[in-house]
Amino acid sequence: MTALIEKGTWVEIHNVVLQANERAPKIPDDTRLVPLEMRVKGFLVAPASIDEDAEIETPSGRRLRGKLSEVNPPYTHSFGFPIPELSTIGKSIRALLREKGQIQ
Amino acid sequence: MTQDSYAAIMAQRAEIMRASVGIDYEKYTTGLLAFDYERLMSDTGYDVETAWAVQKMTSVGNTPLVELKNITQLVRCVSRPGKGARIFVKDEAANPSGSFKDRRASLSVHEAKKRGYQGVAAATSGNYGAAVASQAAKEGLRCIIVQEAFDSKGVAQPEIAEKTRACEAYGAEVIRLSVGPELFYVFLRVLQETGYFNASLYTPYSVLGIETLGYELALQMQEQRGIFPDVVIATHAGGGNVTGTARGLRKGGAVGSQVFAASVDLSGLHMASDYDFNRKSFTTGHTGFSMPFTTCPDRADVPRNAARALRYMDRFVTVTQGEVFYITQMLAELEGLERGPAGNTSLAAAFAIAQELDEEKTVVVQETEYTGAGKHPLAQLNLAKRLGIEVKGGDPRDSKPGQCIIIPEHPSQVAVINVDLEHVRRSYLQNAIKSLKEGESLSKIDLAFLSEETRISQTHVQEIINELTGKTG
Repeated sequence: MTALIEKGTWVEIHNVVLQANERAPKIPDDTRLVPLEMRVKGFLVAPASIDEDAEIETPSGRRLRGKLSEVNPPYTHSFGFPIPELSTIGKSIRALLREKGQIQ
Repeated sequence: MTQDSYAAIMAQRAEIMRASVGIDYEKYTTGLLAFDYERLMSDTGYDVETAWAVQKMTSVGNTPLVELKNITQLVRCVSRPGKGARIFVKDEAANPSGSFKDRRASLSVHEAKKRGYQGVAAATSGNYGAAVASQAAKEGLRCIIVQEAFDSKGVAQPEIAEKTRACEAYGAEVIRLSVGPELFYVFLRVLQETGYFNASLYTPYSVLGIETLGYELALQMQEQRGIFPDVVIATHAGGGNVTGTARGLRKGGAVGSQVFAASVDLSGLHMASDYDFNRKSFTTGHTGFSMPFTTCPDRADVPRNAARALRYMDRFVTVTQGEVFYITQMLAELEGLERGPAGNTSLAAAFAIAQELDEEKTVVVQETEYTGAGKHPLAQLNLAKRLGIEVKGGDPRDSKPGQCIIIPEHPSQVAVINVDLEHVRRSYLQNAIKSLKEGESLSKIDLAFLSEETRISQTHVQEIINELTGKTG
C-alpha cells in the first residue's frame, strides 16, 4: 500500500464524468471514443493514497470524491524556446522604418 | 435513466437556467422566433451610466486610450501615398484581472450579491473565468469556473492552463474537463447542486457591462481628439464584444463610427474534436466561435443570447494565426506594449484596414489583454511544433489551421479576408427557419425581428426565406 497523504493537503482528484458510451449524441467521432474526464483541486478531507478514492473540500467549500491523482499539483505552463520567426520581426520592421526616415 | 444522467439533467435545463440567472426569458417572447430584445436589456435596470458606476466600485474600466504612433508609421511605409489611418488601442489589460472581461463579469457578480446568491459560476476557459473569479473575490462571493482544459492524452492547452492558475489565484474552484460539449451538462449539475448565480457570458448583464467600453472609447476620442473614431475593430467570438461595444459607442454619441468584427481563421478545425483541441493556437476570438454564434446566437447557455453580433457589425474579417503572432511581436517591439495574442486579433486586422483609409482617418482597436506564461505566442508555437504543426516564415495566405502556421516576413503581408455578410445572413436565416416546427409560419412580428437581426429589409428577408424553403415569390 502506498503512503497516506495527510489530511488538509492540497491535491487533485480525477473522475470520469461520462463513459465513452454515455456521451452526447452529436459529437465528433474522435471525441466519442474517449470518456469525458474531470479534474478538480482541493484540500484532502481525510488521509488518502494516490490512485485511491479520496474526498476533497474545494475552494468554494464543496465536498467532492474521486481518485486522488496528484499531490500539490504544479503549474507547468511556460513560454518555452524562443521562436526564430518571431525573434527577427523587430529588427526587420525597425529597418523598414529607418529606410523611410521614420526612426533614427 | 438516473437523476443526474446526461439526459435527465439536460431535460431540466430550462428550469435550472431560470433559477440561476433570475430572468424569465419566456415573457420576452413576441413571436415564433421574435422576442423583445430591447426590453430584455432595459428590464435589468442598468443603463450605461449605472453600469459604469458599478464598475467604478471595483476599479473596472477607465482604461487608457493609447495612440500607436510607431505602428501607424509602419502602416504608412507599406500604404499607397496619402493612405494609412491613425491607429489607437484601448488598453483593457489595465483592468483588475487583465482584460475587458472584467466589464462583463462586474454586473453579473454585483447582481448575484444584491440578490443574495452565495456564489457565482461560469462555464468558460478564457479570460472571463479570471474576471468572474476576481470580481467574486472582491464581493466576497464563492466562485466555480468550469473549463474545457485538456485533451484525452492529458495535455492542457497552455493558455487555458494559465487561466486555471489565475482563477485559482483569485480563490475560485476550477473544474477542469476534457474536450466536449458536455461541459454544459457538468455546468448545469454545478448550478443545480450549488444554487449559484449563472454568470453566463450571454446574459444582458454581461453585454451591458461591455457597453461602457464603447461608451468610454467614444468619450475619450471626443475629449482627447475632438472626433469620434471612423472605425472601431473588435475581436469577435461569441458576439458580446461586438454587440456591447457597438451599443456603447452609439450611447456615447459615436453613431457614425463603423464597427468591424475580426476573428482568427481556424476553419477546418472542429470545436468539439479531441484531436483538434490542442491544434488550435488560439482559444478565443476565432471563427470556431464567431461563425456559429453570428449565424445562430441562441446556441448559448441561456435561452436568449444578449450578444447579437450580426445586428451590429458593419464588416466581418478574418486574419490568420501567424499574422496575429506577428502583430503581437510588433506591438511589443514598436510600442513597448507586451499584450496577449487574443486581443491582438483586431490589431492585426487594423494594420491591414488602416492601409485602405486616408491618413486623417482613425481606427480604434477596442481591447488588449494581459500576457504571461502559457498565454503567449511562444507557448502556443512551441506546443504547435511539438504536435507536428509546421511553423515558418512566409506568406500567411498559405497557412492551414492545424497543419501550418505562417509568420509574415514583411508587414505588407498582413491582410484581412472579408467574410461575405450576405452569406452569413443567409446562414442565420437558414438556422432560424430550421427551428420552426412543421406547419408553423412566420408572422409580421417575426419578419420584423429577422430584419433587425440581419440588418436587411423585410422584403429581402422574405426573398431569402422563400429561396431557402423552395417557395416562389
